Amino acid sequence: MAVRQKIVGIGSPRELEEALRAAYYLADDELSTAAYLALALGKPLLLEGAPGVGKTEAAKAIAGVLGRSLLRLQCYEGIDAAAALYEWNFPRQMLALRQAGAYGDTIDIYRDEFLIERPMLACLRRPGEAMLLIDEIDRSDHEFEAFLLEFLSDFQISIPERGAIKAYERPVVILTSNRTRELHEALRRRCVYHWIEYPSAEREMRIIMMRASGVSERAARAVVAAVGRLRREPLAKLPGIAEAVEWAEAATLLNEQGERWPEAFRRSLGVVLKDEDDLVHIAPRIEAILAEAQA
Amino acid sequence: MTDTAAAIAHFLGFTALLRRSGFAVAPEQSMAWLAAIELLGPGEMEDIRRAARATLAPPPERFADFDALFDAHFLGSIVPGLEAGEPSDEEPLRAAEDGATGPEPEFGDETHESGAEATRAERLLGRRFSAGEDTNTLRRFARALPSRLPRRRGYRWRSGRTGKGTDARRMFRDAMRHAGEIVKLRRRRRRLRQRRVVVLIDVSGSMKERTQAHLAFAHSLVRAADSVEVFTMGTRLTRITRPLRLKSREQALATASLLVADWDGGTRIGDALNAFLAVPRFSALVHGAVLLVLSDGLERGDPTAMADAVARFSRIAWRIVWLTPLAADPGFEPRTAGLVAARPYLDELGDGGSIDKICAHVLDLAEMSAA
Repeated sequence: MAVRQKIVGIGSPRELEEALRAAYYLADDELSTAAYLALALGKPLLLEGAPGVGKTEAAKAIAGVLGRSLLRLQCYEGIDAAAALYEWNFPRQMLALRQAGAYGDTIDIYRDEFLIERPMLACLRRPGEAMLLIDEIDRSDHEFEAFLLEFLSDFQISIPERGAIKAYERPVVILTSNRTRELHEALRRRCVYHWIEYPSAEREMRIIMMRASGVSERAARAVVAAVGRLRREPLAKLPGIAEAVEWAEAATLLNEQGERWPEAFRRSLGVVLKDEDDLVHIAPRIEAILAEAQA
Repeated sequence: MTDTAAAIAHFLGFTALLRRSGFAVAPEQSMAWLAAIELLGPGEMEDIRRAARATLAPPPERFADFDALFDAHFLGSIVPGLEAGEPSDEEPLRAAEDGATGPEPEFGDETHESGAEATRAERLLGRRFSAGEDTNTLRRFARALPSRLPRRRGYRWRSGRTGKGTDARRMFRDAMRHAGEIVKLRRRRRRLRQRRVVVLIDVSGSMKERTQAHLAFAHSLVRAADSVEVFTMGTRLTRITRPLRLKSREQALATASLLVADWDGGTRIGDALNAFLAVPRFSALVHGAVLLVLSDGLERGDPTAMADAVARFSRIAWRIVWLTPLAADPGFEPRTAGLVAARPYLDELGDGGSIDKICAHVLDLAEMSAA
């Protein structure tokens, strides 16, 4: 196991936490420890959690700290190698072949210029400059997961026409999952794992103050309390952190235009609850929840 | 050196303890953990715990167990009953004890209709199931099923003579055999995949005589189709897909019945359905799937809750089929408040009186038109 004590000058979870804070991401001890270990041990980092707890955001912040560009691969049902790895540029190959034929030349049609790189191949070829984010892996199907398993253990892929391509150093890979289904045990095993919870009220408050512009502390506190209350309701879509930040911003905007406080929250509710059923479910009690949150 | 060896042995003792307690820990994870401890230095216990969580990756719903075991091993606190045995086996047992201490209804299930008291007290009883008599029907059903299930378009392509897109890769490869000349137009089309079937089996007292047959049916379905999820609902919701994957029906049913703790109790269908929808992992299963409910729809709780839940299901599922044994009567009209309210959202409300009928409904799913 290739262990590196220091990565871009970061030698402990605390230092990583500080660097992430500088990149406007507030990580807790658990997340910074898991992320540091993943980087130091050269293993992929698997982040699981409910939608909207900041999994993708964490990956972006880590890429920022490492100073690498982020290659994002969004998974979906039926994702295949052509979308994840590479594809040959057939029309170009065909044209080049015709042209060469006309002049009586020979041509290698499997050169780089005919290869369309997709995120996974790009990350293998430039592991020092890029970081791979495999987003919402739970949406892909089992075949893709099995394929990923191979990729994540050897960091090598083979292109039939070109042979195997291997990364010269272990690339940084982050996987996220909403846990709509269990991932395969073998995949979990290969990764350093972290389950992201909704942040504590105090931390969410700090996040809002950091991310939102011009939101008063009182408004932020009310938003955090109300959102915390909403997350305990049986809703189809629970409000995430991004929604909380947006709600604080939206309500502040309305308030500046002369709307009174509880009313500003109530009118901007569409920023937080984005499901008709949820709105209907919460409507009878929203006044009480807001009043309680503001107290 | 011996100190290090002793320390490593102590750490590995913890991974061994985890394995005994039903956590899956691979050797490569133990190694990663040791490397992590070395990296973080001999600091606080919390560092070691965080490293353990990150590298040994316990499933989130067992974090509490994991922490308790950690404390027991490293801090010496005592956790009774955690070390031994499979946790999945313990769950229904403990629940059964809880049920016994609660107000136990004196009467049997036949009196449920009038016994509001009996429904309120969750009856958590263990029960064993054996294979039923419908073996032949089910065998025929399993054979016919794979070709009869409804299909959806998959993402992947397969090449063929007809289809919408051109198969450039294939054509190109062919062209190379003919000096770069395209001789033949190759086409490709989407591959078709079976739609998932999600089965909800009512195991309440009023369905007592049917549950065994329903489970046997679900077992055949799980074995024969590509993607099936089975849940039982009574006073609570239990996922029994995994045990039903076992090949032997007898074994599958026995294992499944161990998991279910609320046999023959009351039903709160609305609550059970809402509980189902509230778990994102479960509701995601229903997206684009066929939802098959085997229940008489006798709702003890609030009928509007049930109707709301069914309405929500109707928006995420491809089709909802509700089969009730009451419909075996030719003059059947839904009369219970819950079923009447939910009726508009069902694609089909049909006869679930016998395994033959249920099998026939499932085999006809693909021909069903949208309601």
